[in-house]
Amino acid sequence: MKEYIGIASRELLHPRGLEMTHLQEILHEMLRLDLDYADLYFQNCCVESWGLEDSIVKSSAYHIDRGVGVRAVSGVKTGLAYTNVLDLAHLKEAAKVAMTISEQGGSKIVQVNQPVEKSSLYSAVNPLNDLTSADKIALLQRVDRIARQADSRVIQVNASIASAYDVILIMSTDGVTSADIRPIVQLSISVVVEEKGRRETGQSGCGARLGYDFIVQHAEKHSKEAVRQALVNLKAGPAPAGVMPVILAAGWPGVLLHEAVGHGLEADFNRKGSSLFSGRIGQEVASPLCTVVDDGTMPNRRGSLNVDDEGTQGQYNVLIEKGILKSYMQDKLNARLMKMKPTGNARRESYAAMTIPRMTNTYMLAGESDEDDIIRSVKKGLYAVNFSGGQVDITSGNFVFTTSEAYLIEDGKITRPVKNATLIGNGPEALGKVSMLGNQLRMDEGIGVCGKEGQSIPVGIGQPMVKMDELTVGGTT
Amino acid sequence: MSDFDIEKRQTCIRDILDLAVKNGATQAEADVSVEDGYQVNIREGAVDTIGYHCNENLGITVYRGQRKGSVTTSAMDWVSLQEAVIRACQIAEFTQVDPCSGLADANLMATDLKDLDLYHEWNLNTKEAVKLALECEAKAKQLDGRIKSSEGVSVFNFKSFDVYGNTHGFIGSNKDTYQTISCSLIAEQNNRMERDYYYTCSRDPRDLDDIDKVAKQTVFRTVRRLNPQKIQTQKCPIIFEADVANSLISHFFAAISGGNLYRKRSFLLDCLDQSIFPEHINIFERPHQLKGWGSAMFDSDGVATMDKNFITAGVLTSYILDAYSARQLKRQTTGNADGVHNVYVSTSDKDLPQLLREMGNGLLVTELIGQGINLITGDYSRGAFGFWVENGEIQYPVSEVTIAGNLRDMFSHVACVGNDIDRRGNIQTGSILLESMMVAGI
Repeated sequence: MKEYIGIASRELLHPRGLEMTHLQEILHEMLRLDLDYADLYFQNCCVESWGLEDSIVKSSAYHIDRGVGVRAVSGVKTGLAYTNVLDLAHLKEAAKVAMTISEQGGSKIVQVNQPVEKSSLYSAVNPLNDLTSADKIALLQRVDRIARQADSRVIQVNASIASAYDVILIMSTDGVTSADIRPIVQLSISVVVEEKGRRETGQSGCGARLGYDFIVQHAEKHSKEAVRQALVNLKAGPAPAGVMPVILAAGWPGVLLHEAVGHGLEADFNRKGSSLFSGRIGQEVASPLCTVVDDGTMPNRRGSLNVDDEGTQGQYNVLIEKGILKSYMQDKLNARLMKMKPTGNARRESYAAMTIPRMTNTYMLAGESDEDDIIRSVKKGLYAVNFSGGQVDITSGNFVFTTSEAYLIEDGKITRPVKNATLIGNGPEALGKVSMLGNQLRMDEGIGVCGKEGQSIPVGIGQPMVKMDELTVGGTT
Repeated sequence: MSDFDIEKRQTCIRDILDLAVKNGATQAEADVSVEDGYQVNIREGAVDTIGYHCNENLGITVYRGQRKGSVTTSAMDWVSLQEAVIRACQIAEFTQVDPCSGLADANLMATDLKDLDLYHEWNLNTKEAVKLALECEAKAKQLDGRIKSSEGVSVFNFKSFDVYGNTHGFIGSNKDTYQTISCSLIAEQNNRMERDYYYTCSRDPRDLDDIDKVAKQTVFRTVRRLNPQKIQTQKCPIIFEADVANSLISHFFAAISGGNLYRKRSFLLDCLDQSIFPEHINIFERPHQLKGWGSAMFDSDGVATMDKNFITAGVLTSYILDAYSARQLKRQTTGNADGVHNVYVSTSDKDLPQLLREMGNGLLVTELIGQGINLITGDYSRGAFGFWVENGEIQYPVSEVTIAGNLRDMFSHVACVGNDIDRRGNIQTGSILLESMMVAGI
């Protein structure tokens, strides 16, 4: 990865005559004020997408965003300014604006450390150039064909592929000089099926920090999956309303963890005391069955990071171990103020956004139960296989997530599909009611996007099958 | 700081359109948007963050016959812009022929480009903004002993403009300002915390609520949430308080928007001239309102906007269409390429307390969480927070419940709309009383 610094410098600095020494000078200048930390974040991100509808590839868009963000941190205060013009004059101006956060003189010095040698967790390929335009069109048409051939009730297929090539360069006053190349590819498929005047929809997709090969390999599976899901929903009856046992399938239903505990364990909320997990390290916050980790080191996953957006290496962090709260997810600012260590969770949507603690890939470790035994253990309840998304109020701990494929369980058997329903619970209370865990961990297919303070970033989630003894199901009967 | 030289951008757009035509475009459209401002956040008596934002972006779409290519870029030097245009033209060689693609018809372009009074700079620097925010927080914290801490006060002060032009020769611009003060507090009792917020926003700083009101409203909204209970699973009437009621109207708009209609992804297909709401409901659009949140003389296709009714005496009288979806549906665009522009829901003469009395026993919903709306079926299921009401009087706060129903059914059973209109957004409605929904609790 050391060579990334050279690649990033050529792409981001050299075209307008910037050199590494200029960046050091600017950081040095910034430390003449009483700052605890400052960093420069250069980024050049190219995104391309192609969209199919009515069996034709109607649209393609290309987006280029480049700029540099300057951040100045003093005590609890952060100043941010940025510019789209990557030359010395604009960079100096941005630094001057960001520095207005502090008015007192300072005496710290810029540290310079050697970059760490380490191999990349993901491909450095530029996926935009990975496939010809004609092949991208052919790929989407194949998706359309497979979906329409899968069932005659399919009346509409919307499919899109997107890829991004994101090059970043970070330099900070605490000695980090780091670069990363973060490719991402994405496939999204949504179909509409119709039978006797009733219409329903099904979605599927996948993504990874890889080239288009990954999409080509998985396109057929997801085309069929979207249709299958739509057909299940076509048969769905009203969902039940009230408190009942809920079994969450392995994989994507890990959105439960993301909402029920993930956000509540981000350090900013805990430093400020606004999370219901604040000050609870060492306490029991979940059933002893639950071990939850945030893992930025999984190869090729969307949430993975060689380095986070402050240059801290991606890490494997145990958040909850056997029900006991172990640690929060940290960036440098919150770690310093909480006297803890950064954990590789500092992320920003782009150079133009504030850096805040965020999740990477968050999952629960597998348990010991056989999946069939878990289903058999429920007399009357809900089996939730897939979800369309969720949200949490981290202060009260109330979280929701909405099913996109779910079934009734009656007398230990999965009986009939039910319509989309929102499930609602309260973080630690809900995790305290986890009574069985499947013996197989599954991760999501690479479609997770997390929103916080208006910033969207890719994340991963996963879990084994989870049985919760009680959860409120928001159906209509 | 960005310069606000609109003429410079108009020239830039004309040059770009010319370049697109030289590179094989039969039609093209481009827009430049510029935003400049800051956001100040303070918390617990100190600055938390100050972010300075200045963005400039160009978007260009070219058509080669009925093939389309688009590029957006934040690299605004002329070399990068030329590259963007050429790339858009290249993309349009590959995309496939779409019979509905192309600019809106030339005769629909707006000709009246009158100023809608949307630009009123707030001469408040970041230091002054910090001071204002600190004062607001201090006022709020001393109002009630149950306020445990502050989540902070934010001040936004932004100005922006955009210029849109196309190869019909249309070119128009909008310039506006936007200011907000928002406050978020945490109250605590019996070891349980609750958070809520209040905000004021305006296009003209003279129209902002003063910080006393922001502080008082935030405290009121936060403290009233303490000690919530769950309620029994039951069917009961529901009132959506005004600031969440607009979400119901936005689901209605999503269901009658062209993109969802031609894709058959709506539960309101082919519903024109049918009753959707009860007869007492009118929903109408007034795009030319001065200082309005959605005010515009033209939409993002360059098409003239116009006054219209979406719902007249309960009946659906217009869809929400842009040029593209109109061609798909074989209709005329309604000048809503960028959505609706200032929408109002007709109200009764009842205020919220009267609405509560009309409901008798039921749930007053003040916050919704999650996105459980299936637009294709109208099925609705969301997390809710609110208050249990008996005999028209609020009894206690309610949390961790869901409300569920079907939007088609919910719309047709709107019993009453209050006159307590929330004027802070593009969709303005009072509180909405629905006859019945399923509440899932314990």
